[in-house]
This record gives sequence, structure tokens and C-alpha cells, in this order.
Amino acid sequence: MQRIGVFVCHCGSNIAATVDVKKVVEMAAKEPGVVHAEDYQYMCSEAGQAKIAAAIKEKNLTGIVVCSCSPRMHENTFRGAAERAGLNPYMVEIANIREHCSWIHKDVEEATKKAVILARAAIAKVNLNTPLKPGESRVTKRALVIGGGIAGIQTALDIADAGYEVDIVEKTPSIGGRMSQLDKTFPTLDCSACILTPKMVEAAAHEKITIYTYSEVEKVSGFVGDFTVDIKKKARYVDANKCTGCGVCQEKCPSKKSLSEFNRGLNTRSAIYTPFAQAIPNVPVIDTEACIKMKTGKCGICSKVCQAGAVDYEQKDEIITEKYGAIVVATGFDTIKLDNYDEYAYNQSKDVITSLELERVMNAAGPTKGHLERLSDGKHPKEMVFIQCVGSRCADNRGKSYCSKICCMYTAKHAMLIRDKYPDVNVTVFYIDVRTPGKNFDEFYRRAVEDYGVNYIKGQVGKVIPQPDGKLLVQGVDLLDNKQILKEADMVVLATAIEPNPDVRKIATMLTASIDTNNFLTESHAKLRPVESPTAGVFLSGVCQGPKDIPETVAQAGAAAVKAIGLLAKDKLLTNPCTAKADELLCNGCSTCANVCPYGAISYEEKEVNDHGIRETRRIAVVNSALCQGCGACTVACPSGAMDLQGFSNRQIIAEVDAICR
Amino acid sequence: MQELINRAKELLESGEVARVLGWKAGDLPYNPEPAYFEKAEDLKDFVYNGFCGANLSKYMIEASKLEGKTMVCLKPCDTYSFNQLIKEHRVDREKAYIVGVGCKGKLDIEKAKKLGIKGIESVSGAEMTDDCDTLTFQTIYGEKSVAYADVMLERCHVCKGKEHQVYDEIIGESKDTKDAERFAEVEKIEAMSPEEKFAYFQSELSKCIRCNACRNVCPACSCRKCVFDSTKFDSAQKANVDSFEEKMFHVIRAFHVAGRCTDCGECSRVCPQGIPLHLFNRKFIKDINEFYGEYQAGEDTDSRAPLTNYTFEDVEPSIVTERG
Repeated sequence: MQRIGVFVCHCGSNIAATVDVKKVVEMAAKEPGVVHAEDYQYMCSEAGQAKIAAAIKEKNLTGIVVCSCSPRMHENTFRGAAERAGLNPYMVEIANIREHCSWIHKDVEEATKKAVILARAAIAKVNLNTPLKPGESRVTKRALVIGGGIAGIQTALDIADAGYEVDIVEKTPSIGGRMSQLDKTFPTLDCSACILTPKMVEAAAHEKITIYTYSEVEKVSGFVGDFTVDIKKKARYVDANKCTGCGVCQEKCPSKKSLSEFNRGLNTRSAIYTPFAQAIPNVPVIDTEACIKMKTGKCGICSKVCQAGAVDYEQKDEIITEKYGAIVVATGFDTIKLDNYDEYAYNQSKDVITSLELERVMNAAGPTKGHLERLSDGKHPKEMVFIQCVGSRCADNRGKSYCSKICCMYTAKHAMLIRDKYPDVNVTVFYIDVRTPGKNFDEFYRRAVEDYGVNYIKGQVGKVIPQPDGKLLVQGVDLLDNKQILKEADMVVLATAIEPNPDVRKIATMLTASIDTNNFLTESHAKLRPVESPTAGVFLSGVCQGPKDIPETVAQAGAAAVKAIGLLAKDKLLTNPCTAKADELLCNGCSTCANVCPYGAISYEEKEVNDHGIRETRRIAVVNSALCQGCGACTVACPSGAMDLQGFSNRQIIAEVDAICR
Repeated sequence: MQELINRAKELLESGEVARVLGWKAGDLPYNPEPAYFEKAEDLKDFVYNGFCGANLSKYMIEASKLEGKTMVCLKPCDTYSFNQLIKEHRVDREKAYIVGVGCKGKLDIEKAKKLGIKGIESVSGAEMTDDCDTLTFQTIYGEKSVAYADVMLERCHVCKGKEHQVYDEIIGESKDTKDAERFAEVEKIEAMSPEEKFAYFQSELSKCIRCNACRNVCPACSCRKCVFDSTKFDSAQKANVDSFEEKMFHVIRAFHVAGRCTDCGECSRVCPQGIPLHLFNRKFIKDINEFYGEYQAGEDTDSRAPLTNYTFEDVEPSIVTERG
């Protein structure tokens, strides 16, 4: 029989205001195995922990239950206190009477009843607890960064500067990401390429950084400190070691009708291409769907004109397998598809464009060489209308419920740049709210309104109607004046909502990292662990975690790097002893558990067993406790109940349920 | 049948197999039972006819542990179970010499009884030599003939086909006897309201006497120690004292075999209370087909079953919840 101590925390008034803690103490004391029960104002304080230690020693406690906040908050605190007092830390159970009880209830009597039940369940469990000892696992001193935009580049640079090897895996032919598509950046209006390119060059030149462009993560196995990752390096059909980046192949390529991804489909590129002039690496790729040689076998011009002999039509995809201690996800974002927003006529008129497309139009390397012109007829626009929150802050299911955060600022930027360069262009912005918190942000927006005369109208646009003369009739509302507005425009720019890169779902699944309903990766704690995924060893950088602008992204990228460095700096990690174990006499050897194990922790042995006098050789599941993460998938899949999770055994969980239902 | 006996004799005498697993006559003309034959002369008792419904694949779990090979007679649908047992490492393929026996549908004596046939002295037309069109009973009340299909087991009306999935040789002709929709009965239950469903299962399952016949015959219920027999779990020791427990037995069993059940129909065949137990399993099969694409357990020995696999195309849990 265990000798159990129960410690009920008031958490100031967080618990005590809603739960009668004295009553919980009184009821807990009557439970089987309980030899000590007390309450205290702050159990997590030094004095509270001292009380726990004293009771463990004086009453020879073999297990304790702390009725307090979530175990995510203080389980480690109390395990530490118990260990210092000579008790195995896995003999500690937490009954969460704060998040699960006091915070969500108002009625004291009901809440107290529930707190007693939660305490009872934890006591029932601790009665069946056994001391567990953590093992050790090694740390591979190398990090993987998935995504080569500004977030990934910054994270990689910071990790590499700390002296650790970093690999960047980027899906597209070049690093640079969304930032490389931007023309100017707010609030300083410096050229995006001018500040990004040096970072790209620095990453490429860094001796600790390896960049895999045109590559994707195929498979992830292992766990914190010891991930094994398969990276698929797609065939470029150009030998990167031979290519000098002269660009002749692109000039001579006769297939020039593919839409340029980099210019958002606003112009075309050749079948052999580098996405943009500053691309890193400056090595083209061949688009097999556009390449005449690939499709018909005839052509081969690029190969003929290449002085370096770098073109290789036979190149194959390559799988690179590498081990990593930490993984940083920096997969970024894209703008949403506008199929649900037919009222803005995006698909009907070439002169209705997204803001990201406007970035390309304004850029000297863009489809119009930086001249502001209508994409339909090349004419200079006189009236421009910007529509904010297209798909953002959307109440129905057409768009996104969240604020995309960057649009207010970039629209102010666009408006200002246009007014500055083309004073003859009138700019009108329709907005719901203007949100400009951030250093020098509101001043920036005020400048657009006050110094540049941008016409801001609070209200939404109901419809954009293309007119026979090529103009766009914008039907909107001015909420402050309470009147309908009909405005003729030459161009309409939609501040389109951003969403996580769709590939993130696949990556999150491979990493067993959780994502929210909007496909943003979930952080471990919204306030205190904002760059860590709940999956150990996986960190988050940039917009994959939530909408943010460049300065925020760079700050978060640094934070993610520091967390990764903190992990890589360790030589060994303690492993969770709550791992699965097979009961040899119950195991059928059917392989079901091995099939469902996400960590490849289960193998089989032919083992001689003595089953109540019957000696025979059986196929039996064996768990590698260093690989097992204690997820419990095997225990529920096992048809014979042979698999059990130490510290969370089926009996312990049933005992908790029984205690709750009693 | 004679060809089968001759071949069994040959294999036994040549020493290629150490025993033959087949059927021998029971004490009534319609209840042959599974049997081992270790000597050629014992084969005089061997029978194979329309009443040999028993799926012998599960016996191979124990037979795999014996010295030498066992010749096992498997009907086309039994071979699915055998494959599934190979997949789960429960039988040793090398220890089995599989004779795929012909099958033209197996018989359910209870159906004959329901047609008013009583006092049966002998049966003809079940020898599987002809087309199996008519079944003739000699009874103490005289001769009675019925259409073969009218007395077939439910499972044969939804026959999985006449192809053996695994075998060393085939003896005898098979026929696809499918003449009904496999999931028609399940769909009927799906259309019921929750209250009707509960009442339906309550009335069916309350007939259960916990004889464990369904579990013992089921090739998927092959655990060394069943959770219902183990002291390690609270599910053991519970007598059939309340309506909750009897439901839980069948529901838990259905979950345990989900994704592994080949729909061989043995559970319903052996149930002395006539409970349509196969419906539980068939509901799971239908759901698996709809959620993850057509899947037939036992069709092969190495594919990853949908319930123990993950693909990016898998349905989201919310869809499963919505559909019920």
C-alpha cells in the first residue's frame, strides 16, 4: 500500500475563490492510501515546496498528489521538489483543479465537488504508480531549417554563427522567399532586395550552412536530438558544379511561354530558368513540363549553347539522408486564392490585382520594369482603389477569421510610393480599421494620409464591376458619412489575406507537430513558449506560426535559433521513462504495434518464454525505450492488451476513470 | 471428395505432410466437424460436403507449432483468413500444405429447419459434385426437396468469389454464389434512429449466453490470452449479470477485430442463439471502405491495413464524427 500525501494549493484566489480547498483536503484525507493532506496558499513557492519536502520525510510518503494548476505549468516544479526530498519524481501526480476546475466554474459547491473528484482520480492513479528512471539519449549537433525565406535564412545564420552545422531545405529553385518578391519595405521604404541579398549571400557563403534548394523534406523519423530526415533533391537538369550562371541558356531557350512564378504569373519565363537575377544558387532549373527536349526529345538548344557543359537531361532526383538534433520550421505563407471573392472581379479583369502582384509591378525587375501601368492595356492609371481585408477578418467561411496583420502597413506603403512617384494618380483606400501598432508604424500611416493625400474611406467595397470602356466601377460604402460610393477606377488592388503555405500540413504531419484550424503551426505556450512546437526539438520561425511582418519574423527567427542552439549545446538529453512495454506472455507477435508506431521504436524477437509451465519460442514485441516517446498509439492498437505504457498503464487510467465514476 | 481423399492419402504416405486437417462426419447427417487425420487408413472417416462450413484456417495456429507440415483444406473464403493470419505472424506458411477445396456455397441447417424440415435421416444433393441446385432430405415424415440456395448460409449469399487467395493446389470446382448486396443489412440498421438501433441491438444481444463460441471460432480472435480471460484486465471475471456487460463483450470484440476481420461469417454461423454478429464487423468494413477506399482483409499478406496505417488522403476525424 502506498503512503500518499495530498497537497491542495489555493493559488492565491485563483483556486481558493471558487473551490473550498479545506473541503478538498478533508475529502482527500479519506481516500485509500492517503496518510497526509494539507492546503497552502502557494504550493509552488519555496515555502510550499518545503511543506511537501517536510511531509515526505516525516510521514515516509511513497507518493504525492498536488492539487494545483496544469501539469504543463508546474509538474516539473513538484517533481523536482519530490526528488530533492528523496522521492522518485514519477511518484508525483497533479490534479489540475485550476484550468480544469476553478477557472471554468462559478458555483463554489459544484466546483468543490469537481475538485474532490479530480483529486480522487489522481490519488487512485498514484496508488498504482511505480518509480521510473529516465534514460539518456544523444544529441546530433546539426540543425535542419525547413524553408529558405527571410525566417529560415535568419535562423540558419544565427545557429551557424553559434558554431553549429545547419542545413536549409528550400522547395523553390532559390532561397529568398516572399521577401525577395517585395519591392520596398515598411516603415523605412528601403529596397527589399538591397537588405535581403546580403543575407542570402552570407548564408550561401557560410561554412557551417548547407543549402538544398529545389528540395523537399520527404520523411522524418526519430525524436528530439536524434531526427533522421530524408531530403528529396529534385533534378535541376543542370549540374550546379559546372554551371557558371552566365544565363545564355535562358536567352536561347525557345520555350518562353511558362508563367513566371516569381512575378506571380504576370509575365512569362523560359523553360530553363532562374527565378530572379539575385537567385541563390545562380543555377537554373529546367521546367520539365515546358521543356521541348523533355516533351518531344527534340531541341537541346540549352545544352548546345552551354559553354560549361552543365546541362544534363539525364539528371535524377536524389534522396539525401541526414541526422539532425533540432528542426526549425520556416515554411512561410502565400496569399489565399480569390475564387470565393467573385465580387471583386479578380478573375475577370487584369486590372484587379493583389498587393503582392503590385509589388512585382512596382519592381524594376518586374513585368512592367517598375512602371505603374494597367496590365490590360499598359496605360498609366489615374485612379487607384485599394481594398483592405480581402479574405481577412472574415465572419463567414469564405476567407480567414484572423487579421493578416501586414496589409494595413503595406497598403500605406503602396499608396505613399505611388503618390510620391506619380502625383497625378489619385489613391483611395477602403478599410474596416487601420491597424498600425509597431515602432514608427502609425507615424508612417499618418504620413500617407497627411503628407501624401491618400484618401482613406472607412467602409467596405461590395462590388467591382468592369466597364465596357475598360474602367472599373467600384461600389462601396462610406460608413463615417453614411453614404454609398460609386467610384470609377483604373486599377484595383486587393489586400489579399495570407495563409500558411499549404505544404505545412504535410510537414506538420511528418514532424507530429500540431497545427490549428487555419493551418498555422501551434506554439507550445502562447505566451511563454512562443517559438517552440509542442513536439520536442521542433521550433517555429516566421509566418508558419502566425501572421507577422519582416521585423517580427526576424526577431522570431533569432528566438527559434536560440532555442535550437540551447538544445544543440547539450551532449545528452534525459529521456522520458514513460515508455511502452510489452507483456511477453500476452504478446501475439502480430506486428500491429510496430505498424502504428510513429517512431519505429518496436521490433520483434524470437524469444523463449515460460507461460505457466509451457516453454516455447514466441515472436515478441520489444520496445526500444530510447526511441519510444510514450505516445501510447501501440497500447490502443494492441488487440491482446500486451502493450502498456509505463506511468500511464491501462490499469492506472481505468483506476482514474473508476474513481471519477464512483 | 474421393479425389481429395486420394490426394491426402498420397501426401500422408509420401511423408510430405504429417497430418491432414479436414472434416469428419458428425453424429448427425448435417454436422461434420473439423478433424485431424494422421494415418492414411483414418481417412475413411474424411468427409467434405455442403455442410463443411467450418473455417479451418485458425486451427493452423496450433498446427504451425507441430512437427512437420499439415495439409489443410481451405475453401476460397477461408483463404482470406489464412492470409490475414500470415500477415499477423500467427501461422507459418511453410508449415501448411494448402489444398484449395471447391465450394459452391455452404449450408445452414437452421434455415432448413425453419422451412419445416424436421426429423432428418439423411441428405442428398450436398456432395458438391453437381451444380448444387436442389437439396433432398429423407425425413421420418418422408422426402422433402428444397432449392439449395434457400438453405445457404447468409455469408454465401454475399460470396467473396470463387478464387482461392493462397494455395498449393486446388481440388474441386467452385462457384460464386453471390446473389445479395453485402451491405444491405448494414444499411437497414444505419437508416434506423439511434433509439431504434439501440433497441435492435439490445434485443439481439440480450439473447447472448456468453458461450464464447463466436470468439473461439473467429480467426481474428487469435490472441494467446483473450482480454476477457485475463486477470490483468477488469474485463475478466465479469459474469453475464447485466445488460451492459453482454453488450460490451460484443462491442469490444468487434473493435478488436476491426480492420482484421475478413467477413468469414463464422461468428454468426456458430452462434447457438442465432445473433447476427457479423453485422457489427460488416459495419466496420463498410466504414473502412467508405473512409479509406475498398479494403478486403486477407486479400494479401503484406499491405498496410487502413486502420494501422496513415496516409495524407485519410479522412479527418471530424468527418468520421459527423457521419457517426
